[in-house]
Amino acid sequence: MKKEFKCVIWDLDDTLWDGTLMESDRVVLKESVREILEELDSRGILLSIASRNNYEDAMHKLQEFGIDHFFLYPEINWNAKSSTVGKIQKKLNIGMDTILFIDDQEFERDEVQSAHPEITCMDAGEYLKLLDDSRLQPQFITEDSKRRRLMYLEESQRKKDEEAFDGPSDAFLATLNMKFIISEAREEDLKRAEELTVRTNQLNATGRTYDYEELDAFRQSDNYRLLVCELVDKYGSYGKIGLALIEKTRTHWHLRLLLMSCRVMSRGVGTVFLSYIMQEAKGKSKKLLADFKRTDRNRMMYVTYRFANFQEVSADETGQILFENDLSRIQPFPPHIEVCTPQKQVHGG
Amino acid sequence: MELQAKVRSYIENNLVVFEENVQFSDDDNIFERGFVNSLFAMKLLNYIEQDFGITVDNEDLDIANFSTVNNIVSLIEKKRSGVS
Repeated sequence: MKKEFKCVIWDLDDTLWDGTLMESDRVVLKESVREILEELDSRGILLSIASRNNYEDAMHKLQEFGIDHFFLYPEINWNAKSSTVGKIQKKLNIGMDTILFIDDQEFERDEVQSAHPEITCMDAGEYLKLLDDSRLQPQFITEDSKRRRLMYLEESQRKKDEEAFDGPSDAFLATLNMKFIISEAREEDLKRAEELTVRTNQLNATGRTYDYEELDAFRQSDNYRLLVCELVDKYGSYGKIGLALIEKTRTHWHLRLLLMSCRVMSRGVGTVFLSYIMQEAKGKSKKLLADFKRTDRNRMMYVTYRFANFQEVSADETGQILFENDLSRIQPFPPHIEVCTPQKQVHGG
Repeated sequence: MELQAKVRSYIENNLVVFEENVQFSDDDNIFERGFVNSLFAMKLLNYIEQDFGITVDNEDLDIANFSTVNNIVSLIEKKRSGVS
C-alpha cells in the first residue's frame, strides 16, 4: 500500500493560476483552487510551492489572492525544481515518498522525478481530482493534524531564534521552558496514537502499526500499559509526539512499541521517555525487554537504545532484535526539561 | 591537536551538562556528567565517523566505548588500525 501524502508542492504559472506572472500581472486563480487548498490544509496536509518566478512578485500575488498563509517554505527562485523540491523536503523533514508534486510542464515533472524517484508527480490538468485521491484522505483527522501547519510555523520560529541565539546550545534549550508530559493513554488519545504508528518511520522501534481497536484493547488491559507523551515549550505545544506500549509479565516489562515523532528529533526527548520507563520498571523490580526491528531508516532509534545501555540478547537475519536492560544505570532527567509523569499528575492535579 | 583534545572539545561543546562550567578530564564518565540524549549520541557518532573516516558498527555501540574521552579515543584508534 502506498503511503499517505504529507505534503503537496505546487507550481504556480498555469498550475495554481492561469497565466504566466512574468508576462502579465493579470493571472487568475484556477477554479476551486482556494477551496482545495483550504480542504487539504484542514486535513493536515502541508502545502508548499516550487516555482520559477521572482520571489517578491509571486508572494505579492499570493497575498493578493489571500492564500499566501497556506504555504510553508515556498521556494520561488530560478533553480532547478529538483533542487527546490529537495530543499522543501529537508526543511519539512518528511520522506520523499510522502510528497506530491504538481506542475503543468512535463519537463519539470520528469526532471523532479529523475532526481527523486520516490516522489509522486501529477499533471496540473488533474488538480480537480485532488480531494478524491485516496492518498490525500488521511485515515484520521485529529486535533494534531488540524494544527499541523501552525506547528510547523512555530517550529520555524524556534529555528530562527535558535540560530540568532548567541551562546551555548544548552543555554538556548534552557530558555525554551520545555515541559514533557507523560500520561496513560486515554480514549481520546487513541486516534492520534494510531496516526503516530502510521506516520512515524525513522523513529519507530519496531515498524509495527496498530489500529484503533487494538490500541483500545491494550489500553484497557491489565497486562499492558499504553503511554503517550506531549512536549510543550514557550512557542506552543508540539502535540502528542510519542507512544510506548509495554507488556507486563510476572518477571518482565516488555517494550513492544516505542516511537517518537520526527518533529521533536532536535529536542532529544526520546531518551527522557526511555529513562522514565526504565525507572518505572526498576521501581517494580522487573527486568526490561524491548523489541526492535532494524531498518535502513531507524539507526537513531537503535543508537538511542544502545546508549541507554540496552544489550542485544538475540537477533535474527531479518533484523528483528530483542534487547534487555539490567537497569543498572539510568540517565536522570535533564535539567532543562520539566518532566511530568502520571503519578505527579494524579497528586498535582 | 591531539586526538584526546579534539574529542574532549567536541564533547564540551555539544553535551548538555548537569552542572554549569564542569571541567572534563579524559577519564570522566560522560553519562554521569551530562545528559546523553539520542540527538547527542547521533551527533557524536556522525562526528567520529566523518572526522576520523571510520565506520562504527552496531557491535561497537556499547556505551562502555563512549563513556569517557579516553574510551572514545581507543575506539577510534582501534577502528583506524583495522583491528576488530
